Amino acid sequence: MNWTGFDTWIVVIGALCAAACALPGCFLVLRKMSMMGDAISHAVLPGLAIAFLVTGTRASVAMFLGAAVAGVLTALFTQWITRFGNVDRGAAMGIVFTTLFAIGLLLIRQAADHVDLDPGCVLYGAIELTPLDLVSLGGLPIPRAALVNGTVLLLNLGIIALLYKELKLSSFDPDLADTLGYPSQFLHYLLMTMVAVTTVAAFESVGSIIVIAMLIVPPATALLLTHDLLKMLLIAVGAAVLSALGGHLGALVVPGWFGFESTTTSGMIALAAGLVFTLAWLFSPKEGVLTRRFREKVGDPGSLPDTNTA
Amino acid sequence: MHTESLNTQSTFPTRHSEARPEHPPGIPLAIHDLTVAYHRKPVLWDIELNIPEGKLVGVVGPNGAGKSTLLKACLDLVPLSSGWAHIYGKPYRKNRHRVAYVPQRESVDWDFPVNAIDVVAMGAYRRVGWFRRVGKAENERAMEALEQVGIGHLARRQISQLSGGQQQRVFLARALMQDADLYLMDEPFAAVDAATEEAIVDLLRKLSERGKTCLVVHHDLATVTTYFDWLVLLNMRVVADGPAAETFTRDNLQKTYGGKLSLLEKAAEALRSTPH
Repeated sequence: MNWTGFDTWIVVIGALCAAACALPGCFLVLRKMSMMGDAISHAVLPGLAIAFLVTGTRASVAMFLGAAVAGVLTALFTQWITRFGNVDRGAAMGIVFTTLFAIGLLLIRQAADHVDLDPGCVLYGAIELTPLDLVSLGGLPIPRAALVNGTVLLLNLGIIALLYKELKLSSFDPDLADTLGYPSQFLHYLLMTMVAVTTVAAFESVGSIIVIAMLIVPPATALLLTHDLLKMLLIAVGAAVLSALGGHLGALVVPGWFGFESTTTSGMIALAAGLVFTLAWLFSPKEGVLTRRFREKVGDPGSLPDTNTA
Repeated sequence: MHTESLNTQSTFPTRHSEARPEHPPGIPLAIHDLTVAYHRKPVLWDIELNIPEGKLVGVVGPNGAGKSTLLKACLDLVPLSSGWAHIYGKPYRKNRHRVAYVPQRESVDWDFPVNAIDVVAMGAYRRVGWFRRVGKAENERAMEALEQVGIGHLARRQISQLSGGQQQRVFLARALMQDADLYLMDEPFAAVDAATEEAIVDLLRKLSERGKTCLVVHHDLATVTTYFDWLVLLNMRVVADGPAAETFTRDNLQKTYGGKLSLLEKAAEALRSTPH
C-alpha cells in the first residue's frame, strides 16, 4: 500500500463529512425519522439544480440555500400529504422525495447536461477526486470539500451546542416542548434544514445514497453503546471518523486480496460503518448479543436491573 | 403589563361580564363554547366548563369521549374550531407558567437516552429559557421533586430501566418542577402498581391542600368518588359536572356511557360500592 498526502486528505474529508452527518443524524434516529434523511438527501436535488441554473456556479452559497429550501419543502409537503391525503408518513415521504428527485434529475439532464454536474456523481460521489479541487485558506491550499464539510460540521456543532436542551426536549416530548413555549415545529424544521445543508455538503464527496449511511449508521451504533444523549453524540462522531478511516484503508487494501485494483472509498466507508455497527451489536457492554450470551454462561446477571416490576 | 390590564378589567365587572359571561379571572380553568374537530368530525362539542380552585377534578367518560383532547385543547396543542379555554382568566399562551401537563405515559419513547433526573429537569426549561443550560439550583429542585414522588434513589437511572409506575412518577415529578397552579393529567393511574397509585393520590391531595387545582383523566369508576371531589362526565359533550357526590349518579353515568352494557354494569357496581 502506498499512502500519500492525497490519501490523508481523502480520510480527512470523509471523516469531516461523516461527523457532520452523524450529529443531526442522532436526532433523526431518536425521532424515529431516519428515512426522512433519505428523503431529504434525494429531494434537495431540484434545489441544487435550480440554484446552479440561476447562478451558474457550483461553489456558491446559493446551492446551500436551494438545498435548504428544498429540504424544508420536503418536510412540509410530507406533513401536508400525511394530514390532508390521509396516508401514512412513510408513503407521503415516498411520494414527495421521488417526485422532487425526478424533477431534479430532469433539470440536470435537460438544462445542465453540458456542465460538470452529472447524475452519476450525484448518486455515488467522487471522494477520490476531491483533493484535486483546492482553495486557499489563509494562504494554505486545502481541498474545497474539506473546507465545506468542515464548515458544516462546525455549524452543526454550534447549533447543537446552543440548542442542546431544546432539541433534546422536542425530540423526547414535542407536546411538552410546545406547552413550555419551545415550538416543536420550528425545531423540527431547523433539524430538517440542518440535514438538507449537511447532505448537500456531503453530496459531491459521497453522493446521495452513501450519505444516508453516514446520517443513520453511526448514530444507531452509538445508541447501542450508551444511554446518554451527550455520549451518544460523541460516540456517533467517533464511529463516523472510524468508518472514514477504516473505509479508505479498506478501499486500498481489501481489493488487493482478491487481485483487483483499489475500489471506491465512499462505498467502503458505508461498509465500514456497517461493520462498526455489527461489532457494537455483538459486543456492546449494554446489550450486545454476545455480551449477553457470555453473561448467561458465566452466570453474571450483569449490571441491568430488573425492569419488570410493574 | 398583562397583570395591569387584568386588574383594570376586574374593576369594571359589568363590562367584563358583558364581554365574557361566566368568566371570573380567579377561576383556574374556564371553557366556553369550545368545539374541536379532527377531519371535520367533532371530538368535543360545545364544551362549557368552570373548574373551581383547589379541587381535585376527575374527568370521566368512555373511550373516544374526547378526554385527552379536552386537556390538549386547554394547552393549545390542538386547533379549536370554536370557543376558548382560559387559564386564570387569560389565554394559555399568556399563562403558561401556571399550568403543568402530565401526558399519557405511552406518548413518549421511554428508550430515549436520558435518565430520570434529566426528564424531571425538563419541567424547569421554561424558567431556564432559550439557549441556557439547566443550573445547579434547578437540578437540586429536580432531585427534590423525585424524592417527593418517592424515587430519589433512581435519579441516575436510564428511563427505559424504570417500571411503568416509576415512569409515571417521573412524569409527576416533572410536573411538580413546573411549579404550577393548575395540573392537567392524562390517565396518571393507567397501568401503575398499587404503591404508585397510592403515591399519586397522596400527591394529588397535597397539591389540593396547597390550593392547587388538578384535572385528572380517570378510567376506574370504582375509585372516582374516593379520589375526586369534583367531576366532569364527558362524552363529546359535557354530560354533567359538579361536586363528585352529586354528579356521580346512575342517570348521569347512563347518559355518559350510553348503550355500552358492560360498562354500564361496571358503573352500577361502582355505584353500589359507594356510600351513596
